[in-house]
Amino acid sequence: MSAGVGVDLEKLWIRFGDFVAVRDANVHINGGDFFSFLGPSGCGKTTILRAVSGFLEPSEGQVLIGGNNMKGIGPNKRPTALIFQNLALFPLMKVWENITFSMEVKGASAKERRKRADELLDMIALPDQGDKLPWELSGGQRQRVAIARALCAEPDVLLLDEPLSALDLKLRQHMRTELREIQKRVGITFIYITHDQGEALTMSDNIAVMRAGVIDQIGDGKTIYNDPATAFAASFVGENNVFRGTVKQVQSDTALISTNRSGDLLARVSSANQGKMKAGDDAMMFIRPEAFALAPVGAQGDHFVTATVTNEEFEGNAFNIFMEGEGGKEMKVSLPNLGQSFDSHKGQPMTLQYDVQNAVAMPAGDLATE
Amino acid sequence: MPRFLKEFFDRNGLGLGSVMLGLVLFWTIGLIILPQLSMLDFSFRPNLPPPEIGGPKDLYTMENYKYLVFGPEGGSQDYNAVDLKVFYRTLVAAIFVTIFNLILCYPIAYYLAQTKGNHIRIFALMLIIPYWINEILRAFALRIIFGETGVLNNLLVAAGIFDTPFDFVRNDIALYAALGYAYILLMIFPIYNVIESLDRNQIEAARDMGASWPMIHRRVVIPYAKPGISSGCTMVFMLSAGALAAPQILGGPSSLWFTQLIYQQFNDNSDWPQGAAYAVVLLVTCILLVLALMRLFKVNMGDIGK
Repeated sequence: MSAGVGVDLEKLWIRFGDFVAVRDANVHINGGDFFSFLGPSGCGKTTILRAVSGFLEPSEGQVLIGGNNMKGIGPNKRPTALIFQNLALFPLMKVWENITFSMEVKGASAKERRKRADELLDMIALPDQGDKLPWELSGGQRQRVAIARALCAEPDVLLLDEPLSALDLKLRQHMRTELREIQKRVGITFIYITHDQGEALTMSDNIAVMRAGVIDQIGDGKTIYNDPATAFAASFVGENNVFRGTVKQVQSDTALISTNRSGDLLARVSSANQGKMKAGDDAMMFIRPEAFALAPVGAQGDHFVTATVTNEEFEGNAFNIFMEGEGGKEMKVSLPNLGQSFDSHKGQPMTLQYDVQNAVAMPAGDLATE
Repeated sequence: MPRFLKEFFDRNGLGLGSVMLGLVLFWTIGLIILPQLSMLDFSFRPNLPPPEIGGPKDLYTMENYKYLVFGPEGGSQDYNAVDLKVFYRTLVAAIFVTIFNLILCYPIAYYLAQTKGNHIRIFALMLIIPYWINEILRAFALRIIFGETGVLNNLLVAAGIFDTPFDFVRNDIALYAALGYAYILLMIFPIYNVIESLDRNQIEAARDMGASWPMIHRRVVIPYAKPGISSGCTMVFMLSAGALAAPQILGGPSSLWFTQLIYQQFNDNSDWPQGAAYAVVLLVTCILLVLALMRLFKVNMGDIGK
């Protein structure tokens, strides 16, 4: 496995007229990484991809691939290959011609191309399908052909623009594993664009969370899930319960936050915000549904929450309990099904406790809209 | 009743269905097939004065076709060199006009189809509006431009490019320009239609994989646009080969278009059978030529309708 070629975005700004699509992006992507840009639609992630692939010149700043400045280098001259959201296979070319188009461009003979196509078709587990036309294949097979076509160009960096979004759920989950395996096998850098946090978390070495043209946080999946840098990252990635309040007191890496309904609650200040919070500031605190545990009703303290149960759901592996949360927002609690008897609590108050390490505090900010 | 007919009547009802079907049949049979068959019939008959039509002398004959090939009986030449040459030149010129139009129109159609913005609509309008002017007027306008004392010659001489005016009309340049111009839209729009539906990502994908622009057109755009290209070429070729007004007005004095010969037979010589035979030969040759080319370029008949 080669070390792979890294990609750097330095002070990257992309504007369309007055609209700022990407604002001062600074990203270092390690060679051989599976790197995802995660964000809602319209956050500028596809724009970044187009700037890396060369279809778009940044307004300011630069794109470096393997340390080389890509300014003025067209998409046909960059060591990148792009997999489009709709795959963009050539409908009138056979599968093997599609796959080896990049070799045809360079003038390789039909025999050479056919040989390479057969190798790649073996790799994507579609042997003997080379003479078909793209429309004769299933969605998942077309997906694999698109990957083979991009890999055939032997790019240093493979760019993927939500390539799984057109597939059904089951196939999508299967393709996640497959993509990850292919990436490990070929060892090149993958840059993956998605709005699906599940995809980003399962596949990526590192993730950049984007919102409205701004990169909120860069880190591996665990860091982003457990230690979000902004309220947006906390609410966009995975399910989360938000508690709004004001900072009462900050002590080393914890903050005591006074909330309207649940009194003063203690939380760990997220790493990115240490030293940035002081008493009197508006703050937000996030606790994941699975971070709660049942506590005796009425228990008091800085890591207990009491609220009325509004609804319950049995999911098999867990009980989902919905409660009246802070500020009218519903709070979700997920308790594992360990065979305990579980009587209905609907309409009743319930007290929950949490480990302070699992509650994250940060300055108040915009939440992801569902 | 075949299934498609049954479905057709189920969908439209018996009354409306019959009216629609009747109109279509009247159009194809009454207005196209029967008149053509009658022309075909004419072409095999001798040219007789009206009282003798249907009389004992009115027998089927190959005379009219022989005339095109061999000329008048007892003529000085073995072949009807004059008419055959006109026939040949008409076909070659029509092919030339078609190729010229394709080369001119493909980039325009591609640009129109793959560019977004309001200026495209204005551009398309500028292409369409001149066609509000009728064909004869347009032909005469080109005469004014291309004539010996015309605008173009005045400009060229004034600019010092030519010493003496160039005779565009005698050299058929005016005619080719007129034919090319007359059918530009018929070439642009079928190609435009197809290219407009081409996914822009395909072009970008090809570009991303290192293809140059000529390569992208050769491997991605043109194969995709083939149905549009072939229907455009078919129309332009058929219509140029069958054009009459432009050759009448802009043709040089010595260069006849085959349609003019047909016209002369019908009109000046009042020899309908002879004219019909010439027209049939032109029609059949054009159809065979188109079919042969479609076969050569692997175009299906269904594609032409796209």
